[in-house]
Amino acid sequence: MMMNIFSKKSAPRLMLFFAIGVLTMPIWLDPVGANYPDLLQKFAIFGIFAIGYNILFGLTGYLSFGHAVFLGVGSYSAVWSFKLLTMNVIPAIIFSIIMAGLIAAAIGYVSLRRSGIYFSILTLAFAQMFYNLAYSVLTPITNGETGLQLTMHDPRIIDNALSRTVETGLPSTDFFGISMNGYSGFYFCAVMLIIAFYIYLKIFSSPFGMKLKGIKSNQKRMKYIGSDTRPYLIAAFVISGMFAGLAGSLMAVTDPLAGAERMQWTASGEVILMTILGGVGTLFGPLLGVGIIKYLENIFSAVNDSVLHSFYSFLPQWGENLLVTITAPFVGEGWHLTLGLLFMLTVIFLPGGVMEGFQKIKLYFQNRNKPDKSNNSSEESSNV
Amino acid sequence: MDAVLIQLLNGLDKGAAYALIALGLTLVFGTLGVVNFAHGALFLIGAFCAVTFQKIVTISKKVLDPNITYFDAYIEQPYLEIWFGETGLAVIDYAVPLSLFLAVPVMLLVGLAMERGLIQFFYKRTHAEQILVTFGLAIVLQEIIRHFFGANPIPTPAPDIVSGSAPIGLWIGLGESFVYPWWRLIYLSSSIVIISSVFAFLNMTTFGMVVRAGMANRQMVGFLGINIERKFTIIFALAAVVAGVAGVMYAPILPPDYHLGMDFLVISFVIVVVGGMGSLRGAVAAGFLLGVLQSLAAMTAVNALLPGISQIVIYLVAVIVLLTRPRGLMGRKGVMDE
Amino acid sequence: MSNTVLKIENVNKSFGGLLALNNINLDIERGTVHAIIGPNGAGKSTLLNVCIGLLKPDTGEVTFNGGEKIIGKKPHEINQIGLTRVFQTPEIFPDLTLLENVMLPALSKRDGSYKLSIFKMLSKETDIKNEAIESLKTISMDDRQDVIAGSLSRGDKRRLELAMCLVQKPELLLLDEPTAGMARHDTNQTIKLLKQIKEGGMTKIIIEHDMHVVFSVADKISVLARGKIIATGTPEEIRADPLVIEAYLGGAEL
Repeated sequence: MMMNIFSKKSAPRLMLFFAIGVLTMPIWLDPVGANYPDLLQKFAIFGIFAIGYNILFGLTGYLSFGHAVFLGVGSYSAVWSFKLLTMNVIPAIIFSIIMAGLIAAAIGYVSLRRSGIYFSILTLAFAQMFYNLAYSVLTPITNGETGLQLTMHDPRIIDNALSRTVETGLPSTDFFGISMNGYSGFYFCAVMLIIAFYIYLKIFSSPFGMKLKGIKSNQKRMKYIGSDTRPYLIAAFVISGMFAGLAGSLMAVTDPLAGAERMQWTASGEVILMTILGGVGTLFGPLLGVGIIKYLENIFSAVNDSVLHSFYSFLPQWGENLLVTITAPFVGEGWHLTLGLLFMLTVIFLPGGVMEGFQKIKLYFQNRNKPDKSNNSSEESSNV
Repeated sequence: MDAVLIQLLNGLDKGAAYALIALGLTLVFGTLGVVNFAHGALFLIGAFCAVTFQKIVTISKKVLDPNITYFDAYIEQPYLEIWFGETGLAVIDYAVPLSLFLAVPVMLLVGLAMERGLIQFFYKRTHAEQILVTFGLAIVLQEIIRHFFGANPIPTPAPDIVSGSAPIGLWIGLGESFVYPWWRLIYLSSSIVIISSVFAFLNMTTFGMVVRAGMANRQMVGFLGINIERKFTIIFALAAVVAGVAGVMYAPILPPDYHLGMDFLVISFVIVVVGGMGSLRGAVAAGFLLGVLQSLAAMTAVNALLPGISQIVIYLVAVIVLLTRPRGLMGRKGVMDE
Repeated sequence: MSNTVLKIENVNKSFGGLLALNNINLDIERGTVHAIIGPNGAGKSTLLNVCIGLLKPDTGEVTFNGGEKIIGKKPHEINQIGLTRVFQTPEIFPDLTLLENVMLPALSKRDGSYKLSIFKMLSKETDIKNEAIESLKTISMDDRQDVIAGSLSRGDKRRLELAMCLVQKPELLLLDEPTAGMARHDTNQTIKLLKQIKEGGMTKIIIEHDMHVVFSVADKISVLARGKIIATGTPEEIRADPLVIEAYLGGAEL
């Protein structure tokens, strides 16, 4: 069944549907109240982050707790590109991806000497090192707790050489003259997501991707059939780091500042959560996870007590108060509580994520609709 | 020289906290085979037992301030003081040590509930899934704490009588300037007592023997017909109590806030790995060692030489140890081998 | 090309005080099925592990095809020069389908130890796929291509592992107790399979307990006892060798 997705004909069709789906998000997300640029940008950016993470965790099974580092590196690199070179986003993105790739290569080279929980701890240790250094020694680069921002005195060599200067205030990021604010920012991120997804699809359906799956399933056997697993793992780690770098740079594109909190290990936790919730190792799962979490976050964190009161206003006074008291801890500031619960419930009941849930539902209906056929096939399936 | 000694002592008390958390983590990992990312949250709950107890004993009533007679001014007077006078005030003063009476049963219950309610279903699942589910639990617990206690650190002072510093310098002949806070001294000694009792418990009781056998070879103990599962529950509760007591005792040193658990967890995990997964001695030794290292690295002289080293020394050590000694400093063969 | 595929020279290996392999010399001839038998603890698995590079002997040398030194090479390098191994407990890819299980070794053989082949799609790898299906046919599982390998019975898993090794067309195949723990029916099927691939002319080393299997498939047999080779010969010679009978019936010191 998986083979069908990757057959010669359906891959371009899949890409076409995907591109249309992403670009028309402002239309089909309008009815659910998710059609505003800020949120749409988040969908696209975290989408890139999550599919990149899935290349590592989903295909090879290596659980990294340090991917937020690459997100942070991407953001810092992009802002530096804005400050030093030009407000055009293309050099910024390229620079970010290269930087994230280099750092991923360094971290991966060391961390991938170990596997399992040791690998997780090593990536966590590296992430904490970068996070702590960003606040101390690296402040000339990161600007410490204030975060890295654009200033009036930035050199912007290329922009100044082309005398593309703004008279008043800070300049905004642009793509050859198109400002990256609002919807144009979203469309730019969306195009990036489509390109990233294309590469991701290619990896999933390539011999390289299958070898990564082989490593996840049985690394020993992989070695004894003649594959050197280490370069494969490093390649997967670097590629997924570059995806994260791209996501980080897009964060800076849509809002040109970068802070170290982007590199905290809880941020790595978030991308793990999104990947797991959707369905780790599946093609669309991580994107689904991003959609669900960012959408819920958007709704839940905006709700406060007065919104709750009006929501429950159809109830008698005491019932209203009771329900407000019960639900209040889960919304607004308490969004993280909901997130933690969601995370636990997913791991406990649906380790395969929402995609596994879909499969189960599908199987349930198939079995219910065709009870007679399942009897016939029972003989076959006993061999299976 | 004095400065080094002071930092050494400072490092020891931080190290004691790491060691206590890492001890519980290792105990749980070694026997139950579970990687528990929620262990830091147990430390957090312990600290907030102290906070809660302090809040309860200081529940106050507004009374007229007798000192101000020009107008009606109110001050808050704890009920305990109103009812019991001096005794009541003493209870308030000793809130932190007394809160141990609250913390121990609470931690026992939390440990039991956690193991029976969640952890036991994850014995057979992968380490990745264990990490993920307990990570989720840690978030949940910390957010619940934040909901009830807010995001700011809550000062939880030690009793007045030990609020000063011990003149250690005078005791060992290094002069008056060399002092060390009393509470930290108490904390350090009680940590050592707790660690020793855990080791004594494991080495001198039949229960401990079974547990150690289980850590060496779980399957074998199962074959011998020993019901190891029930022992797992007790071990987990024990680890929870140790972490909780550590949390209570640490509250006066570092005013607890809601992400205290996560902060300590990440470091403790690194410590467990440095010490060697499954090695109790390794966990304790690495805890103290890294606490001291961190503290020494924070000295001005060291920082001038290697800027930023204090921030990363623990992680740096972890990376080096993991690469050169895959099983950690004292790890045993066969535990978590690849 | 010489007639000797694998040459084991003066191999010694001890664990602590125990001499597990005592001056082993053995030539494996091209195109033969060479069985290594012996009582428990005779050093059979140690010898196999030395041949595959998993264990480093204290002294001695193992050379492949008259030149390549085996000792000190990594597992994937040994595989790439043409040695493949079937393990005692089946090492397959339990999460992947049967077809994928067999495609991976074929890909690995073609791509070498590392190739970053991101932009070619699997669906265009028709040659590899056909090879894989051929290989599945030899174990008559080609009708179950999309079944997840982890759900197979133990016997089927071992046969799948054999197919995974065969698809690479190795020059030398090492089989570590291919029928251990199998039911009678499964054993017979495996014997049939081993006989069938014997005709392909591939060189094989088999370690086996089951004498029925050994005498049905082997061209040559070496008997190992207490770390020493006490006899090498055709099945008939071995059957008649008094030393072997003694070693198997026990009692007498060698």
